[in-house]
Amino acid sequence: MRLLTVSRRSFLQTAAGGALGVAAGLGPMGRAFAADLTVGIVYVGARDDFGWNQAHAVAAEALKLVPGVKVVEEENVPETDACAKTMESMINLDGAGLILATSFGYYTPFVVDMAKKYPKVEFRHAAPLWNAEKDPKNAGSYFGYLNQAHFVNGVAAGASTTSNKIGFVAAKPISSVLSNINSVLLGARKTNPKATVQVIFTGDWSLPVREAEAANALVDAGCDVITCHVDSPKVVIETAEKRGVKTCGHNASQAPLAPKGFITGAEYKWSTIYKGYAADIADGKTVPNFTAGGYEADFVQNTPFGAGATEAAKAAATGAIADMKNKVPIYVGPLKDNKGNVVIDKTYGNLDPFLDKMNYLLEGVVGSIT
Amino acid sequence: MSTGAPTASEIPRRALGTAKPPSAPADTYDFGSRLRANSEYVVIPAFALLMAALLFALFLLAIGKSPLDFIDYVWKGGFGTAFSFQNTLQRSSPLILTALAVAIPARIGLIMIGAEGALVLGGFAAAAIAVPMVGVVPPIITMPVMVLTALIVGGLWVGLAGYLKYARGVNETISSLLLTYIGIAIMNFFVEGVMRDASNPNKPSTKPIGEAYMIGNIPGTSVHWGFLVGVVVSIALYFLMTRTTFGFAARVTGGNFRAALAQGLPVGRLIVSCAMIAGACAGLAGYFEVAAIQGRANASLAAGYGFTGILVSFLARHNPIVIVPVAILFGGLVASGGLIQRRMGLPDATVLVLQGLIFIVLLVSETLYGRFAIFRPGDAKERT
Repeated sequence: MRLLTVSRRSFLQTAAGGALGVAAGLGPMGRAFAADLTVGIVYVGARDDFGWNQAHAVAAEALKLVPGVKVVEEENVPETDACAKTMESMINLDGAGLILATSFGYYTPFVVDMAKKYPKVEFRHAAPLWNAEKDPKNAGSYFGYLNQAHFVNGVAAGASTTSNKIGFVAAKPISSVLSNINSVLLGARKTNPKATVQVIFTGDWSLPVREAEAANALVDAGCDVITCHVDSPKVVIETAEKRGVKTCGHNASQAPLAPKGFITGAEYKWSTIYKGYAADIADGKTVPNFTAGGYEADFVQNTPFGAGATEAAKAAATGAIADMKNKVPIYVGPLKDNKGNVVIDKTYGNLDPFLDKMNYLLEGVVGSIT
Repeated sequence: MSTGAPTASEIPRRALGTAKPPSAPADTYDFGSRLRANSEYVVIPAFALLMAALLFALFLLAIGKSPLDFIDYVWKGGFGTAFSFQNTLQRSSPLILTALAVAIPARIGLIMIGAEGALVLGGFAAAAIAVPMVGVVPPIITMPVMVLTALIVGGLWVGLAGYLKYARGVNETISSLLLTYIGIAIMNFFVEGVMRDASNPNKPSTKPIGEAYMIGNIPGTSVHWGFLVGVVVSIALYFLMTRTTFGFAARVTGGNFRAALAQGLPVGRLIVSCAMIAGACAGLAGYFEVAAIQGRANASLAAGYGFTGILVSFLARHNPIVIVPVAILFGGLVASGGLIQRRMGLPDATVLVLQGLIFIVLLVSETLYGRFAIFRPGDAKERT
């Protein structure tokens, strides 16, 4: 019995007709401006990672309170064309007028390309990469000099260590990480001239198993204060807490993870920058292309002291915060690297571009970047 | 799961003496009955997708969200506008090629999951060979050299797993997976070491190859050439695997290794060739990541496309042609995932839950094949 008789030709005709019908239904969708300004924020990881992304997400909450501002957020967006498409989707489907791209690798080529393609949308990226000569005028950078807060960590850690050894779990030997390590050392030397910093590089931004191993190895080597620069410090801080040593945090507040040993932590304060952007837009002004600063601009902060902070550490750290606000330089030259070469010839201001190219560990840091 | 060995419905009925006597009138073997027989492969997956959608709707209701909103956003974010559809096609491009890298070995009975490593190394090799040529050799020569390098490096990388399988009996699933980690480590070793671009201190990468050496988008769209190339390669490999003696020999080997040996088929050469074709596909995906998107090689090449490709290939039952629509479906889900996050306030993992449900339901639906008489016009006639 033949239930169905279809010739190849009629089948193809029907299929083609159907496809055309579907295609006709596709068309550009109007831009919907639901609020005065829609801000699209793109994150590379989870918004509750106890680290880099959480620092931005906390600031985004502050941005949401600004009247007339609507925030749309997308997390776990990799540094591939996915981030370009996410930004484009925020512009085309959500009507975003300001895009905040929060991961380093988003900038070239994705933010630059999108800024060229959508000249009416403002793009700001969280790393000091915008080049006034080469890059589009509707793109820009904002950045916090977190090494100032790491310097404060170092001051508190130096006052807390009894073994004179501070452990540092680092991701990759790139400039911003090296600057944080060196700043911890220089801070620690303020309160404890004998202090050294032992560093272990895990090799990548998020390797929880390696991070736990590194933290354990540092404690075994005699370090009694542990700090770190990895995407999410959760594992490092929890491991150190279990081993009964003190900790200093990084990126966001890890105080809840170490109720006994937490001293303080280096935190970004992106909300200062984000609220500044919102105010500029409300006033009809252009958002600044380049915004960078540290304590003096209220772009970084230290986590409120935890149970691990002694009175001496609190006093020294509070003093160091005041110094940072007054732009007291961290890198007082000449300084040698840990191979004996003079790498910092004179004293540099805390925001000096010379320091952005750092590719060495200072004398007093035990470890190697190669 | 189908290994792609010749099945009863694939082999023309005339060739199967038991299914139809050669003397039977030709009219019962027309396009209509073949369509009915083959529609099983459409109706069952479609039914499975529907079931997965229903299960997912229950999941959404359980967390207090509206399934209708979800469908609306998948449509808007993945297919409903010109921008969204191009977004979907762009995201499906690497998936087509990495899925082919799983499908071709699967046809010869090998489950190889090393596409990620071949993608990363192929992309890295393309960038590495281009960097010293930039500004010296014109793009018209450099670009084919890049493509060729990516094909060869990717092919050799997965081919190695194929050779180990044949020559030493090493499990190809494990070896191809482990080679992936070695491949990523090799790329990191070079981009963080000798090949590192010193002007970019905070993201270890090779030097950029520059706009002139990049391949760009299909004119008039925002979709890069990788999509079109992926479709063409899919069709070419479909014909290779179904219409040539090579493909037939490969599928016979996949169906019964010992029988193939007994028949005198060059089993070793077939296995290594299929593995190399797979690696070349993944290497090509790596080339497009470098030449159409990143403009340089760095850790962003390891974005997981090789692993999503495994899923796509299994859902397409390792059929090269079916891979294209399945990859587009996945591309659409990923493309709309952002809109769903933003509008519904759902975490990124929501789309992963849906993908997981689809995968499981489709695997379960495998057991339904061959159980419905409606798809067996010839059999039904014989019973009556």
